[in-house]
Amino acid sequence: MFFRDQSEMLPERPAPITEVGVIGWLRINLFSSYGNAALTLVSLALLVLIIPPFVSWGLIDAQFSGDSGAACSGIGACWAWLDQRLGQFFYGFYPADAHWRVNVTALLLVPALLYVLVDNLPGAKFGRWFSYVYPLLAAYLLVGGFGLEVISTDKFGGFMLNMVVGLTGIVLSLPVGILLALGRQSRLPVIRLLSITFIEAVRGVPLITLLFVAIVLLQLFLPPEVSLDQLLRVIIMVTLFASAYMAEVVRGGLQAIPKGQIEGAQAVGLGYWQTMRLIVLPQALRISIPGIVNTFIGLFKDTTLVIIIGLFDLLGHARLLQTNPDWIGDVDHEAYLFSAAVFFVICFLMSRYSVSLEKQLSQDRH
Amino acid sequence: MAAPSSTRIEQLGYLWTDERLRGIAFQVLAVAGLALFFAFIIWNTAANLKHAGLASGYGFLLDPASFDINQRLIDYTSTSSYGRAFLVGGLNTVLVAALGIAAATFIGFVVGLMRLSTNFLVSRIATVYVELTRNVPLLLQIIFWWVVILALPRVRDSISVADVVFLNNRGIRMPQPIFEDAFQFILALFVAGCIGTFVLARWARKRHDLTGRTFPVGWSAIGLIFGLPALSTLFVGLPVDLDIPLLGRFNFEGGFNVTPELIALWLALSLYTGAFISEVVRSGILAVDKGQIEAARAVGLPPGLRTRKIILPQALRVIIPPLTNQYLNLTKNSSLAVVIGYQDIVSIGETVLNQSGQALEVISIYMAFYLTLSLLTSVLMNWYNKRTALVRER
Repeated sequence: MFFRDQSEMLPERPAPITEVGVIGWLRINLFSSYGNAALTLVSLALLVLIIPPFVSWGLIDAQFSGDSGAACSGIGACWAWLDQRLGQFFYGFYPADAHWRVNVTALLLVPALLYVLVDNLPGAKFGRWFSYVYPLLAAYLLVGGFGLEVISTDKFGGFMLNMVVGLTGIVLSLPVGILLALGRQSRLPVIRLLSITFIEAVRGVPLITLLFVAIVLLQLFLPPEVSLDQLLRVIIMVTLFASAYMAEVVRGGLQAIPKGQIEGAQAVGLGYWQTMRLIVLPQALRISIPGIVNTFIGLFKDTTLVIIIGLFDLLGHARLLQTNPDWIGDVDHEAYLFSAAVFFVICFLMSRYSVSLEKQLSQDRH
Repeated sequence: MAAPSSTRIEQLGYLWTDERLRGIAFQVLAVAGLALFFAFIIWNTAANLKHAGLASGYGFLLDPASFDINQRLIDYTSTSSYGRAFLVGGLNTVLVAALGIAAATFIGFVVGLMRLSTNFLVSRIATVYVELTRNVPLLLQIIFWWVVILALPRVRDSISVADVVFLNNRGIRMPQPIFEDAFQFILALFVAGCIGTFVLARWARKRHDLTGRTFPVGWSAIGLIFGLPALSTLFVGLPVDLDIPLLGRFNFEGGFNVTPELIALWLALSLYTGAFISEVVRSGILAVDKGQIEAARAVGLPPGLRTRKIILPQALRVIIPPLTNQYLNLTKNSSLAVVIGYQDIVSIGETVLNQSGQALEVISIYMAFYLTLSLLTSVLMNWYNKRTALVRER
């Protein structure tokens, strides 16, 4: 007989080595076809061309100490300036003995943000109030007065200036944006028209033209007795700019609220403002948070535009370093790469946060 | 009996509860408030201008500009008027925006498809590129590329590409085509080919709708548009001369130069916007229902047709609106040119402002320029949306 009597199961055989484990993964993800294999090889070649030279330039051959560009060989990157300039990159010309004020403000920002963004934290009731008071506290700490030494805002600079302009802009633009979004949805034609005009006009022009308005026109619009601080003028225009974008984000949230919610609110006798404040906005803003974070990322990157009107933010200090006689020609790329890294870390983390929120929201809805 | 006056007050109170009247009152108040606000601004401005002894109005646009512009698409000398300077600047903005939009679209589609690739390495490289460029301020990238280009070798040590294109710290020197008279003939053939293709495509679509028979429009289009002019060069010869740059004593002679500013701005804008466009493309393709692709496969459409007839038309409908938004962003972002001195409308306007002091007028020109561009784009987009909506109904 050629047929064996088979009364029991054959032992399980392991999956073929070409389908599982490292080899299987490689086959499926990198070499699934000739075309894919070619793409993989090209990509590998690209990585080999870019990464090792970059690492050896940036780290291995780099110079980390010295007082001026003369200390740097020119083969590797020149990071010698970090030691002297790091303070300026982060604090601008803010007096060194008052750096603690910036640090405390930055530290307090963490709980202030957490209590707004995360639910069910211990002491939430007190925490919310802390979040609301925080902007005033931050202004007091940074500017001074009432016992603290007053530091004029033209000393603000470096990364701190980016944070101040970006955060103030976003916080102030939120209420304005909400009002504009409500105005755009309003049943009153005049209000609707005014809101649409404002939103579209601001979104249609680049921020830089608004900053020019802040610098050369704002003073013209005001009586000569009134003289606004330059930083304040910038913040006003940045706020107006961001509020138009914010309005569109909030409008998206408003449109996602089912009509039944509004009708329900009306049925129990709530007026317009009560309906909005108690029923619609809490739900709409919740949906809008990822969009608000994205707006903030955009605004935060745009804060670098202040260098055009003569303020020195992080990018401004990178330029100061690049053109400094002691360092000129030796830190052309390094100064900008460093600033880019700082912005990248912050913006990347925020965009991850926004993506995860979006995922969570879409899960909640299903 | 209550006093009549109190009932009248009560009635006035009821007026307040009338939603329609309240709405009107609210709007009147808003308009009045706004009018007051503008009156305040105008009054102050007039007083301030008078105090500073400045004239207002656009008459200054006719005055000679007396500054040079080295990046220009139309004739301009320092004796030209301010108005002409603005025109040169506006054209420069349009130039860099058009170049940027072309490159960013290309990068965006390639990277968007790369991110969807099943190849692990390819999709990861695309992701790293997108995250790196999206999360770093554009202004920083513009300055960075500018510095990179200025760090290129000097003219004498230019990097040459096949001895026709030269890279150095003054930009890129490229051969300039010089068109002879016969070129007009080829150009005419090219235009005729385009019109012919258009007519042919309409006819083919109509026939396909009526009879279901297809016609190889793509191949005939290539034949008509490129084949015909190419064929004609066999008879008349290529009526184009190349003016190839040659290294002279101080600089290159011949050819034309693309300035470092234009290259840096173009690179940064395309790379930055390309990353955003790739996200738009990716989400557009992901938005196509999987069932559509499976159905196309089930009726036996080959992969090429599947992409062209099933996936792309549906993906494009999702892609186009945010894509136009990105184009607009790119155009607005080109205003950052002022930092590296590319002479776009903002940069030229700034010079005009410093010379003439006409702040109000210059800034109003900026705004009118960008608002017009935005408006034109949104009109175009609405037209396209209507067209694709029609296709959906058929």
